[in-house]
This record gives sequence, C-alpha cells and structure tokens, in this order.
Amino acid sequence: MIEVKKLVKRFGLKTILRGLDFEVQPGEFVALLGPNGAGKTTFLRILASLSRPSLGTVKVAGYSLPHESAKVRARLGVVSHLPLLYPDLTAEENLQFYARMYGLVNHASRITEVLSMVGLEARRKDLVRTFSRGMQQRLAIGRAIIHDPDVVLFDEPYTGLDQDASEMLDEVLRSVAAKGRTVVMTSHDLARAEDLATRFDILSRGVIAASATRDDFRNTNLLDFYRKAIVN
Amino acid sequence: MQSKPIALTILDIISVIVLGVATYLALVFAPTEAVMGQVQRVFYFHVGTAWVGLLGFVLAAISGIAYLVTKDMKWDRFEVAAVEVSTMFFFITIVLGSIWARPAWNTWWTWDPRLTTAAVTELIYVAYFMLRAGIEDPEKRARFGAVYTLLGGLSAPITFMVIRLFRTIHPVVIGNQSAEAQGGFSMTPDMRTAFFFALFAFTVIFIDLLWHRIRLGGLQEKVEQLKLNVSM
Amino acid sequence: MNHPAPSLLKATFAIVRKDLAAEFRSRELLSAMLVFSMLVILIFNFALELDVKVRQSVTAGVLWTTFAFAGTLGLNRSMAVEKDRGCMDGLLLAPVDRSAIFFGKAISNLAFMLIVEAIVIPLYAMLYNEVRIFQVEFLGVLLLGSIGYIAVGTLLSAMSVQTRTRDVLLPILLFPVAVPVLLASVKASGGIIAGADFAEILTPLNLLIVYDIIFIAVAFMVFDFVVEE
Repeated sequence: MIEVKKLVKRFGLKTILRGLDFEVQPGEFVALLGPNGAGKTTFLRILASLSRPSLGTVKVAGYSLPHESAKVRARLGVVSHLPLLYPDLTAEENLQFYARMYGLVNHASRITEVLSMVGLEARRKDLVRTFSRGMQQRLAIGRAIIHDPDVVLFDEPYTGLDQDASEMLDEVLRSVAAKGRTVVMTSHDLARAEDLATRFDILSRGVIAASATRDDFRNTNLLDFYRKAIVN
Repeated sequence: MQSKPIALTILDIISVIVLGVATYLALVFAPTEAVMGQVQRVFYFHVGTAWVGLLGFVLAAISGIAYLVTKDMKWDRFEVAAVEVSTMFFFITIVLGSIWARPAWNTWWTWDPRLTTAAVTELIYVAYFMLRAGIEDPEKRARFGAVYTLLGGLSAPITFMVIRLFRTIHPVVIGNQSAEAQGGFSMTPDMRTAFFFALFAFTVIFIDLLWHRIRLGGLQEKVEQLKLNVSM
Repeated sequence: MNHPAPSLLKATFAIVRKDLAAEFRSRELLSAMLVFSMLVILIFNFALELDVKVRQSVTAGVLWTTFAFAGTLGLNRSMAVEKDRGCMDGLLLAPVDRSAIFFGKAISNLAFMLIVEAIVIPLYAMLYNEVRIFQVEFLGVLLLGSIGYIAVGTLLSAMSVQTRTRDVLLPILLFPVAVPVLLASVKASGGIIAGADFAEILTPLNLLIVYDIIFIAVAFMVFDFVVEE
C-alpha cells in the first residue's frame, strides 16, 4: 500500500530524512515511533503529498508522489495534531465542506454514518468552536475518513488529550483500522501505540532504525525494543 | 575554500579604471552645458546608474522565473545579487536626480512619473528584503522571493504608464527636441562620448559587483553548511 | 469509494460557500472591515477638512484609500483562518487543483470587499450629500479595481501568513505592487465624479483592465509555488 525507497528530504542545508526505506502492506497498522526531531512529521507530510521528496521514490496506494498526487489524495485521509476544522461552522457543515472537496455526491447519509462512528451525532448542529479538544479530534478523524480512504495517516493524534478523551479516541482509531484500512500513526506514547498497532517502526536519525511486529514481543517488550533502537 | 577567480580580480581593476575615466569625462572632458551650467554633469552618472538599476531589476525578474522553473538555488543567488546591487544603484540614481532637480526644477523632489516609479520600485525591493527576512527555510525564501520579483517586474511598467496620466515634467533627453523648457538639452558630440562611456562604465561596474555578490552568496551558504556540520 | 475528483468550478464554489457561511455566522471579518472603514473616513473628514470644495477633488482618493486599508484587514484575516488551525493543509489534501483554492479564496475575499463597499458608499453619499457616486461607470470602476486588488492581495496574503512577520508584512508587500490599480481607479473614478467625458477616463480604465488580466493570470499561475512545500 505504501512503498518508500531511499527517501531523502532536505530543508535548505539540513537533511532530515537520509535514505529512508519503508513499506506497508494493505491492512497493516504501523506505529511510527521515535524521538522528537527524528523526522516523523516530515515523513508523514511527504506521504500525505504535502511536502515534496528531495530524492527517492514514494508510492502510496499504487501511485507515485509527487507526480500523481491528486490520485493519491483521493485515497488518503490525514489527521494531524491540528484539527483542520473551521470553528465557525457546525460539525455537519465542516463535513459537508470536505465531502464537496472530495467530490462526494450524496453526502448526507455518509455524514450521518461518520458522525455516529466518531460519537458526535448529538452535536452535529453545534459549532466546532464549542467542542472540547477531544471532540474536535474525533471530528477531525471523521473529516479524514469522510471519503472512505484506503490509507489513513495519523500524526500524533493524542496530543493535548486527557485520559478519557484518549480512551474514546482509541475506540475510534480501532474502528478506522477495522475496515481493512492501512494506517500509519506517529506517536511518542508507546503504551497507546502498543495497544493499537500491528507493527512498530522506529525512526531515528532520518532512517528506519528498527522494525518489529506484534509477534516479536513475546520475550521482550516495546520499551526495551525502542530504547535499543534509539541507542544504536 | 574556493579562491577568488583571476578573471574577477581583472574585472575589479577594469572597474576602477573605467570609473576613473567616466568621472574624468563627466567632470572635465564634457563641455559645460549652456543653460544649466555645472550641475548638468550629474546627468552622466544619473543615467548610467539608472540604466544598470533597471537592468538588474529585469535580470532579477528573469532569474526569478528561472528559479521557479528549475528550482536551482544558483538562480536564487543571482536574483538576490541583482536586486541588492540594483537597489543601491537605483538609490544613487534618485539622489543624483534630486541634486540636479534642485536648481533645474527648483525642488528636490516632484511626483513625476519617472520619479514616482523609481520610488515605488525602490519600495518594492525594500519589501522584497523584508519578505525574505521573515522566512527561515531557504527553499521557501527562494520561492517567495522569485514570485515577488516577478510581480514587481510586472507592476513597475504599469505604474509608470498610470502615473503618466497624472503629470510629468521629467525631460526626455534622448530623441526629443521640444524638452528644453523642462530642463532637457541637446548633446554635443563630446557630451555624447561622456554619456555613452558612463553607460559602459556602469555596466562593467554592475557586472563586477553582481559577480562579487553572487560569490558572497555561495560563500554564505558554505559557511552555513560548515556550521551545521559542526553542530551535528 | 474512489469518487471522481470534483471539478475546478465545484471545488472553487465549495470554498466560497464555506467562507461565506462561516463569515455570516461570526461576522468577525466584515464588522472589522466596516468599522475600520468608517474610522478612516472620519479621520479623513477632519484631516482634510472635507468641505464641499475639497470633496469635489478628493472623494475618489478618500474612498480608495479606505477600501485599500480595509481590504488588507480582510485579506489577512481570511488567510490567517486557513493557516491557524491547519485548514490550509486540509485544502491542500483535497484532490482538487491548487487554482481552485486560489479562486475560491479570491472570490470570497472579493465578496467581502464588495459587501463593505456596498455599505460604505451609500453611507459616504449620505454623510456628504455626494450622489454622483451612484453612477454605473463609477460602480464599474469600483468592481474592476477591487478585482485587481484582491487578485494580487490573495496571492500575497498566502505568502505573508507563512512568514514570521505575518501581521505587518501584507500591506508592505501589497501596496507597492498594487499602486497601478489604486492610482488608475482613483483617476478613473475621480474623472467620473467630476463629470469628465468617457474618452478621458478610457485610458485609466484600459490600464485597469490590463492590470486585472495580467495579475489574475500571473497569480493563478504562481499560486502553486506559494502553497507547495
């Protein structure tokens, strides 16, 4: 579903990603872990077609970036730590707007479906301005999957959420992944990642330093694995 | 460390010589103009600096387009160099014009099309430097700078045409016989020699300074690169 | 799944519709522009002592200065709304052409500017008993001038919100580049108020149209470079 080869990203003279290789099979839920400044967000922005690779090839959902970015965008949903929502529109109006931007024709039923999935049906006519951080984040997920994308990218979705809101978000994330979607999520919350993901990749110094699946953790745990990968 | 090219050193020497000769021609060789007297002698340098000022702005707009097409940072260095050198020459043009205008028009400044366009152009390029100063990412700085020089290069000629609708008292020295009432004059052959030599001299000086500035830009980048290597 | 991407026209109007809906609810931008416009006119009233004789010659200048200042307020705010909560990324993530984003934002900005003008002009006419501004030609110049100003202003505001000095940069970038459109508009609308022949205002009008065409085309072509990364 995602195929990245020898990806290099430079900002001016600074090199953030240094020949990164990365591959995700359909249906996988990959947690992308790593220290701050390792380039997680930069990498996700490249996968999201928001940033151009300096070198290397990137393929998402079978299309290469940046040349076929419009085709990639139609099959991709992105949730960042910013909500990407308009505070002066209602939940429903926000989703309507994004549905139109994705060319959805009969979006009324799809909006109802998405709102109930993220548990905001009762608040559909309320302004996003009045929503709590957790509700905004759930609506942001609704926005990201309004067009039923094959691939969903989450960039630190738990930023700024309290315990209750995080638990509700867990459920929404599970239901997003449950539909056979491919998910890549960056996080520095190892415990949350451990609950959700099927694979764990550690991004350090601009490359994938280590990769392990859930089955690899019979004898060791994620924290040890993470520490070892960062030190190397 | 790249050493200074020999050709550049030769050009430095030539620049100093032609500047000396141009000064001699303007101040001693050319005859004193009958009506305006000695002050007319600023005319030679006034037109010389104005010519290279305009040349630089045109070159900047062209290199802006070249940057947007190729994304090669060398065009950005060329663009900054051209704008910077031209801004200085244009400033000299305006100051020399004022010195001449005081006795000729009895005022330091007047809102004539050429003067106003010169002032607006100067402001566009001051804004250009403020824009660049507000951006950290060199690549984005180059992109925005290129877009802005392009806008500036397009709007300056229209500004000139629009202000002509309001008023003009600026003499049209070349190819206009009826301008004498406004301070125009017809040139004797010796004046012509001084005039064309001044154009030539300033073109040489312009190329020399431009070259130095481009080289400086390259060295600046190298210093940043080295600093980055040290901090890594 | 895999819906066809929306056409340029549909995406453009989705953005316009979203902007207008949000603005008619909060009225933040319009009320700021309107109050600011009235304050500028009030200051001009005393600064220029707008008596009957002075008004003859400066009405066009006063109005255009007011609209230019109020316009930068609106342009800045309209783009900051997209930038602050990452909504610009949301627009860029949609499978639509970048020019839909430019035209969508430009049309909403133009709508805000025209709404402000539609309120300020009758007020000005009432305050100063200046009915000559209700001429088709005058309103036509107003429209042409606003189009050019907003086209280049939308492009530059997309740049200025991405800089460190975003709060102060827009007018500094915009005014020198928009000098032709402001001066041509003042010249043309001043001529109309003074009752000049149509032939006399034809040149500034032509320049205005030339400016509009060139700058819409250029802004449309380079907008990609301003939003991409």
